[in-house]
Amino acid sequence: MRQVSTISGRAVPIDRENVDTDQIIPARHLKRIERDGYGPFAFESWRRDPEFALNDPAYAGASIMLTRSNFGSGSSREHAVWALDGLGIEVLVGVSFADIFKSNCLQSGMLTVELPGEDIDHLMDLVQKAPQTEIVVDLPTQTLQVVGNSWKRSFVIDPFRKYRLLRGLDDISMTLEYVSDIEAYEQRRDNASLPSTAASEQSNVRWKSTY
Amino acid sequence: MTPKTLFEKIWEAHTIDSPLQEAARRDALTESGVLDVDNVAGERQDLLYIDLHLVHEVTSPQAFEGLRRGERPVRRPDLTLATVDHNVPTVGRDQPNPDPLSAKQIDVMQKNAEEFGITLFDIFDARQGIVHIIGPEQGFTQPGMTIVCGDSHTSTHGAFGALAFGIGTSEVEHVLATQTLRQARPNTMSVEVTGELGPGVTAKDVILAIINEIGVSGGRGHVIEYRGKVIRELSMEGRMTVCNMSIEAGARAGLVAPDEKTFEYVRGRPHAPHEDIWESSVERWSQLSTDDDAQFDREASLDGSQIRPFVTWGTNPAQSVTVDGRIPDPQDFAMPERESTERALAYMDLTPGTPIREIPIDRVFLGSCTNGRIEDMRAAAAVVKGKHVAQGVTAMVVPGSGLVKHQAEEEGLAAIFVAAGFEWRDAGCSMCLGMNPDVLAPGERSASTSNRNFEGRQGPGGRTHLVSPEMAAAAAVAGHFVDVRELIT
Repeated sequence: MRQVSTISGRAVPIDRENVDTDQIIPARHLKRIERDGYGPFAFESWRRDPEFALNDPAYAGASIMLTRSNFGSGSSREHAVWALDGLGIEVLVGVSFADIFKSNCLQSGMLTVELPGEDIDHLMDLVQKAPQTEIVVDLPTQTLQVVGNSWKRSFVIDPFRKYRLLRGLDDISMTLEYVSDIEAYEQRRDNASLPSTAASEQSNVRWKSTY
Repeated sequence: MTPKTLFEKIWEAHTIDSPLQEAARRDALTESGVLDVDNVAGERQDLLYIDLHLVHEVTSPQAFEGLRRGERPVRRPDLTLATVDHNVPTVGRDQPNPDPLSAKQIDVMQKNAEEFGITLFDIFDARQGIVHIIGPEQGFTQPGMTIVCGDSHTSTHGAFGALAFGIGTSEVEHVLATQTLRQARPNTMSVEVTGELGPGVTAKDVILAIINEIGVSGGRGHVIEYRGKVIRELSMEGRMTVCNMSIEAGARAGLVAPDEKTFEYVRGRPHAPHEDIWESSVERWSQLSTDDDAQFDREASLDGSQIRPFVTWGTNPAQSVTVDGRIPDPQDFAMPERESTERALAYMDLTPGTPIREIPIDRVFLGSCTNGRIEDMRAAAAVVKGKHVAQGVTAMVVPGSGLVKHQAEEEGLAAIFVAAGFEWRDAGCSMCLGMNPDVLAPGERSASTSNRNFEGRQGPGGRTHLVSPEMAAAAAVAGHFVDVRELIT
């Protein structure tokens, strides 16, 4: 996983509530078996609108995406995070993020910053009027600052998550260090009571066309 | 003993006591300069053991690739089950798949299952179907388990009193490698539905009413336990429909405490506990309910007697109204709802004030993990029996699994649908998500028994109205929405 530390750049505003993952990356583009290459399909239908912020050259190269509440609702597809990554986005700033989407972001090294509605209103207004506004999101100090301006806010993040993001630690290798704890749990549990999928003999009944 | 909710009982039984992890966490925090490591503000992450991991072709290829790169095996292939559902065609299964990307993804699922020793219900297995239909159908889904899948509708399995939730691909890889997940502990929420449902009002209407009431992010950060007389009286299929759409209220998962109906449903299924351990299993499962004095973090309540058949009019599942209602006027809402309502109506091409019953439809989709079970097939067939799909309407029925399809054929339901002019398809996710050949054309309007009405969900430019199977069937026959209650009384 990539390390996250300080991100600075322009912010592209997605000024809507409840942006769902079908907008971020439509299901028809989930047929690929790779983790990359989804950027060109991000927000595919909204990008057909010439007025949509991602079509505005003023926001080209933005590394920050600014949004409102419940961003990333709907499907569990991590492809949504990969698609934003493909657009060059490194941090999402909004009022709130949907649960599964937020945990997918952390897994992929995409920082999510949650701020109160009035702060988001302020930032939204600022970057819509002045797209060249530079914003700095600093994970070590947990702050978001507008460059050349005294406007600065702190954000909250779980310290252990922060530690892992700063170092780009891979959850799997970390968990595998505790494999003896997992084994101890498995031995203590009554494993016989769990349904085994291995006991599933290959069905003799095969699909057949009916109608 | 502290009284506990059902959620807390399952969570605590699956939390791995990990002194090593705790020591590492403390070291990390100390290194980060945290002075008081015992009192850290922020969420605590638990290491949760996973009892059943369901895998499908769309969200798993990158996870298996990660295992391969890390030279890691699947820790518990015996607790892992794979199938293909999202990306499979529902007609012409014996023909080569015309879409090379789609064919490759299905093929990769097969190869990964072989390489990592995982049981796969492949496209030619009679048991193949939507992952959330086949888990319960085979008896893999049992009370008190933890169940995950790279799919947000994993919440379906909560109907059995199992803690079941959707995860992303990185987490799929984590579960494959370790059989565990690191999870922040969600809050608890009780949603009680009191009273009794009227005739023609279904589980789908109950969950649409709940989402309408609490909103699309009303459950965010919470696991909902559905309670009350209406929930107790629902069939297992109905409870699955309710739990399935928990995610549409933003909840992490949905739960219903297991009872006699649950045990009866599980009993005798291929992977249910054998008769020699049946009694002890039921005894264990019977402990799985919320203690009388347990506290939920949040509570909501609805009067079930007031629920009427719902139809969504907008582009999220909370934008709905009862069938006797009209399309709302954006001017009646405050910002930001006014703006989102305006945008939704523009996308849906609907005019404020239009009675729901006057909205004509082009397509009907009966199926999905929300409403693709045998009970849904029976309910819809009862409405269309002896009638015919309206002129200009294309209607299809897509059973949730090969076994549901087989049973529906045995019961004569398929013949009813076919005689009424419905297409009778093979099992899969089909037109629920617009990634396989079953899609709406731009501008087409559907009555759909699925779970999401997002813009373009069923195909770019497609317009989706979510309804119950009965309502979808009635709309197919009439060519526009009708109040199904008028047909059954």
